[in-house]
Amino acid sequence: MIRFIFNKLLYLVPTLLGITIVAFGFVRVLPGDPVTLLAGERGISPERHAQLSAQLGFDRPIWEQYFDFLVRLAHGDFGNSLVTKKPVLDEFLTLFPATLELAFCAIVLATLIGVPVGVLAAIKRGSWFDQISMTAALVGFSMPIFWWGLLLIIFFSGTLGWTPVSGRMSLMFYFDTPTGFMLIDSLLSGQSGAFRSALSHLVLPAIVLATIPLAVIARQTRSAMLEVMGEDYVRTARAKGLPAKRVVMVHALRNAMVPVITTIGLQVGLLMAGAILTETIFSWPGVGKWMIDSISRRDYPVVQSGLLLIAGMVMIVNLLVDLTYGFINPRIRHK
Amino acid sequence: MSDTSLQLTDGQIRRKMIADFWFDFRRNKGAVVGLCVFTLLVLVAIFAPLVAPHSATLQYRDALLVPPFWSDGADPRFLLGTDAVGRDVLSRLIFGSRYSLFIGVVVVLVALTGGIILGLIAGYCGKWVDTVIMRVMDIILAFPSLLLALVLVAILGPGLTNAMIAIAIVYQPHFARLTRAAVMGEKNREYVTAARLAGAGPLRLMFKTILPNCLAPLIVQATLSFSSAVLDAAALGFLGMGAQPPAPEWGTMLAEAREFILRAWWVVTFPGLAILISVLAINLMGDGLRDALDPKLKRS
Amino acid sequence: MSVLTRSLMAASIIALGTAAPALSKTFVYCSEASPEGFDPAPYTSGTTFDAAAHTVFNRLTEFKKGGTEVEPGLAESWDVSDDGLEYTFHLRPGVKFHSVDGFTPTREMNADDVIFSFERQGDAENPWHQYIPGVTYEYYSAMEMADLIASIDKVDDMTVKITLSRPEAPFIANIAMPFMSIMSKEYADTLAENDNMAQMNNVPVGTGPFQFVAYQQDAVIRYKKNADYWGTAPKIDDLVFAITPEASVRLQRLQANECQLMPYPSPADLETVRNDDNLKLDHQPGLNVAYMAYNTTMAPFDDVNVRKAINKAINKDAIIDAVFQGAGEVAKNPIPPTMWSYNDAIEDDSYDPEAAKQMLADAGVENLDMKIWAMPVQRPYMPNARRTAEMMQEDLSKVGVNAEIVSYEWGEYLQRSTEVDRDGAVIMGWTGDNGDPDNFLSVLLSCAATGEGGSNRSQWCDEEFSDLLAQAKQTTDQAERTKLYEQAQVIFKEQAPWLTIAHSVQYVPMQKNVEGFVISPLGDFTFETVDLVD
Repeated sequence: MIRFIFNKLLYLVPTLLGITIVAFGFVRVLPGDPVTLLAGERGISPERHAQLSAQLGFDRPIWEQYFDFLVRLAHGDFGNSLVTKKPVLDEFLTLFPATLELAFCAIVLATLIGVPVGVLAAIKRGSWFDQISMTAALVGFSMPIFWWGLLLIIFFSGTLGWTPVSGRMSLMFYFDTPTGFMLIDSLLSGQSGAFRSALSHLVLPAIVLATIPLAVIARQTRSAMLEVMGEDYVRTARAKGLPAKRVVMVHALRNAMVPVITTIGLQVGLLMAGAILTETIFSWPGVGKWMIDSISRRDYPVVQSGLLLIAGMVMIVNLLVDLTYGFINPRIRHK
Repeated sequence: MSDTSLQLTDGQIRRKMIADFWFDFRRNKGAVVGLCVFTLLVLVAIFAPLVAPHSATLQYRDALLVPPFWSDGADPRFLLGTDAVGRDVLSRLIFGSRYSLFIGVVVVLVALTGGIILGLIAGYCGKWVDTVIMRVMDIILAFPSLLLALVLVAILGPGLTNAMIAIAIVYQPHFARLTRAAVMGEKNREYVTAARLAGAGPLRLMFKTILPNCLAPLIVQATLSFSSAVLDAAALGFLGMGAQPPAPEWGTMLAEAREFILRAWWVVTFPGLAILISVLAINLMGDGLRDALDPKLKRS
Repeated sequence: MSVLTRSLMAASIIALGTAAPALSKTFVYCSEASPEGFDPAPYTSGTTFDAAAHTVFNRLTEFKKGGTEVEPGLAESWDVSDDGLEYTFHLRPGVKFHSVDGFTPTREMNADDVIFSFERQGDAENPWHQYIPGVTYEYYSAMEMADLIASIDKVDDMTVKITLSRPEAPFIANIAMPFMSIMSKEYADTLAENDNMAQMNNVPVGTGPFQFVAYQQDAVIRYKKNADYWGTAPKIDDLVFAITPEASVRLQRLQANECQLMPYPSPADLETVRNDDNLKLDHQPGLNVAYMAYNTTMAPFDDVNVRKAINKAINKDAIIDAVFQGAGEVAKNPIPPTMWSYNDAIEDDSYDPEAAKQMLADAGVENLDMKIWAMPVQRPYMPNARRTAEMMQEDLSKVGVNAEIVSYEWGEYLQRSTEVDRDGAVIMGWTGDNGDPDNFLSVLLSCAATGEGGSNRSQWCDEEFSDLLAQAKQTTDQAERTKLYEQAQVIFKEQAPWLTIAHSVQYVPMQKNVEGFVISPLGDFTFETVDLVD
């Protein structure tokens, strides 16, 4: 097992290096440069431009800048934002909990609903429940979530007035945020109503972000269940006269879970993509919105380090999924 | 299998396969509905200038934000109302279908071609060529697709063409992986060895012998990519990085309409509905295709 | 007040079920973006100035509320020597800095603070010059303060003498700008001692009407009233900036009374605001101009008659209607009408396609092909450059001019448009920094601003015009300066280096119960005079 993990990690190193090249290289070929953007309509003289570029280190040979970038990374230095002048890692760490909270709630929501629906649809294959839920899943899978979010805002915030329009917490409340997760911090604050407020802010974005994963998980669970239920050992168990419920719960479900867990793990990359749209619609202060803003401001350090941090995270999650998979299914390990 | 099947000509076999496929596809009602909607969409896109009641860009300055025909204050000229500068929403939706279909087709073609070539090379050559190509694919896949597409569009400059290129680049690793896996599986089969012994060159081997035998998963992936491409292009348009106004691309229309979300629900609702319906139709078709092409799932 | 007691208080208020506003007045402003930081000197965006400079800080001189005239701030008064080189500032006694966690001031504001605030920006040797990596002082450099200030001397604790290297009348207005905010030297020393210099940009300490409390990135900034404020104390107790980048979302929040005032509504929403019984709408012409700069060094635009002809061919009223949707007015001068010395006697080039055609023919120009540059982004002075260019294209085709619209990514656009041999007329604009006409005319039209990287994008160098500006700069008498600038505007109109397009109008929607808000022509949002009434 350790050898398996080690091999996996070793495999990651060149990919990670490749990611740094891509992140760094992409940013350097972006048209327009940050120095000119900072000067705006006022314009900037070629001398001052050269001076500022030199101060920011943009005048050195590209490979030297890249090497410098790697050395800094090795020291845990992700650079400073050109716009706010703050360390990129600090900004990432203050914004990331917001994205994580949203993504976590979305994936929990998707799993809690998606798995039972998929199982039930598989058991009652061909029933009206199966047909309706799978049609709904396909609609969810086809959903342009940025539009879905707008519709939910129009209906729940506009027409019904049930949920707030945007943000993470009512401005009425004010407390420390040691964890960065509003649901937890609001409970820790001990202020009554704060948790409720955090929840009401979270519910619409979480639903929007959960939509596609929910559909994928439900569909995947159903087909995994169907496949497993057709396998010999399940048939044998049935033939032996074991109660149907027990067969489903113990044998089929457990084995069907392997591909389902993989599916859930693979949603992480998709969630990040979805988070960009969801955060934009709901003014949710997370890393997705931060990346979009930074791209348009040509904030090189933020874009390159942000890309790196996000890709690194997706890779770690994929690795964990791989490991879980290898753990559950020893055959993979020895391949 | 009976002896008679051996005597069938190539053409007969192909016809029989298509008939089988059609039989399986037709059993899936959803797929048929999807196909019908999709066909309708294609027809609308092709004949847009004939179908659309108005031009997509003509501004009726006397009819700004007119609601759809069943609402109070509607104008019979504009069935689905008008937008902020007095353009007919229905006509824009009709012309917009061209964009979505065009995006889907181009993205899938580019991604498919690129992916197949890379996958074939990787699978066929093996060794370091394989390692390098697949590593690059890994790197592309490590980035969330929309984020990578956003950065690529920022580099290339916002616009429809660049958005399509970016999405295609982001999608092609899936095709490359599928092709490579299929090639690895087929490479050492008897029929390939036989062809090689018969003197077939590597190109002929790759494209004529191996490729046709791994088409099924590629076709399924292609339909999936088609619908995702429509969604992602709309998302880029929505974020202001896709087709630029005044092009009636649905995502771009949504982005322009966003400021009217409280005032004029129709300018927000219809473009999104159009995206949803077309993506749904394509996905329904994709499901049908998969069921018909994938024997394993057919059995269950 | 510590975070804990505040929380307990809030908790008890809610627990008792009483109405919170009765105890404290909280005013929420839906701001349009996150501040870049809380040190006003290194940054250039109005958002940062609203969040830091106008709330937490003061300057030696201040702009009059709702105007562009300068009045005393932390300097009670100042004397200018006869040669216009020596400025002696008499500081206001008894001004207290705020207290924050880890810092309680032991003394009042004095000359050391003023000198520190100036020197750290100009002196590369000052330990605070680079207190965060990559920090630069754009405004200090753009306003040429480094060249202008020859020396700063402390006469006594409450008197500072600044010597200039040349007479510069706008200097008094320059130091009223946000980048010249007065910081606490004592606070800086404490931070340096604790090796925590970066904190200066995170937790600001100033003398302003509001004291910084907390900032949650991209979400909320909280302030409380400075009870010891040297001026008129604010009427609200707590001030909250709810950061809401989308204009439509800002309006939704305003309508839901989640905030009481918002900046920059989308023109499309103005109707909604007017129809909402709970809201009111205030407006004022902004201190800005949108223009199209010809390249006056390139044929045929080196001929003033061709420039005039194009000016006459374009229907500006139609642009105001379609692009500005009414939130703008036609511009005839390079400076906006709210600015002193605006020459209202000048007559605009009237829209007259026939005359334009004739003028082009007289100038010997036929079948002219030209490029119009349209910026890719929305700016405060120009809601949609692309649409503007399309309308110009249409107008020009009527006089036989074939216009092609070009655009680049914004950073590239800014840079390329300054190139001396640029091909085409470029749509641009400007928002004033300090309300001084010099800040428009010199920056945008003087000979000194021509050349690559300069902000004179018409490359128009008129000796007579530039001489008038130089004269005005050396005169401290405003009546005298007004005359000179009025004359300069006459030359500008005769020579027509630009097509002056529009001055945009700034609209501010707010709740009906908001009182005392004054729109600043400089585009600032300040809240020390705001009150909520029932």
